[in-house]
Amino acid sequence: MPGVKLPRVSIQSADFDLSAEVAALRAQDARVGAVCSFIGTVRDRTAGEPGTIASMELEHYPGMTEKSIEAMIDAAQQRFDIFGARVIHRVGRLQPLDQIVMVAVTSKHRGESFRACEFLMDYLKTQAPFWKKEQTPTGARWVDARVSDDAALAKWGIALENTSLSAQPLI
Amino acid sequence: MKINVKYFAAIREAIGVASEQRETQATSLAALRDELIALGGGYAESLTRGKAVRVALNQVMCNESVTLTEGAEVAFFPPVTGG
Repeated sequence: MPGVKLPRVSIQSADFDLSAEVAALRAQDARVGAVCSFIGTVRDRTAGEPGTIASMELEHYPGMTEKSIEAMIDAAQQRFDIFGARVIHRVGRLQPLDQIVMVAVTSKHRGESFRACEFLMDYLKTQAPFWKKEQTPTGARWVDARVSDDAALAKWGIALENTSLSAQPLI
Repeated sequence: MKINVKYFAAIREAIGVASEQRETQATSLAALRDELIALGGGYAESLTRGKAVRVALNQVMCNESVTLTEGAEVAFFPPVTGG
């Protein structure tokens, strides 16, 4: 088992290398039989119209962002039989095709990694304090939160609503 | 009591500051939000009831009924859109 402890959460403007991240996550533990990873990337369109997004600016809440994602990983560790997890989220200015977010999870068998990876992304989408502002030909606009993302979190039995008008319950 | 208040994204832009120290009579987050709305301008526009506003106390998202404490860090922000 590990000599060096890797950070579980990184918020950074720099790009990341999935292969290097997965290698680092796996290198620590020979019990690992499954690795599942997800990468979110910047699209050049909303509502299917190509070229409508020139770039986007990612804002976050330093301190709370890291804390909230650490808490999500703790929740994933309790819920699923996983060994390790790593989350990277970029902030600042990003262009179409850029990588925005990475979640990687290791476990004995594939099922737990698949589920934990999706759980972490569903949680992050609605509960980690990031905001996207898109640059479009008609000016800049803040991206609206989606009700479908709340529904994705609800399927895990977590009734926290990002989009509702009333304040959400205490976590 | 004295508290620190932070604003993010569209709320930050409407109010015109990212953070400020405030002296408040409010004992709950709901009362603090009402106090800020009463200031008018960008505060009223961005925090008005009927807008989806998330609130965090000491960097944890919470319900507005939560009690405010001296020196607390409070944040108001729109629904999150990361990932």
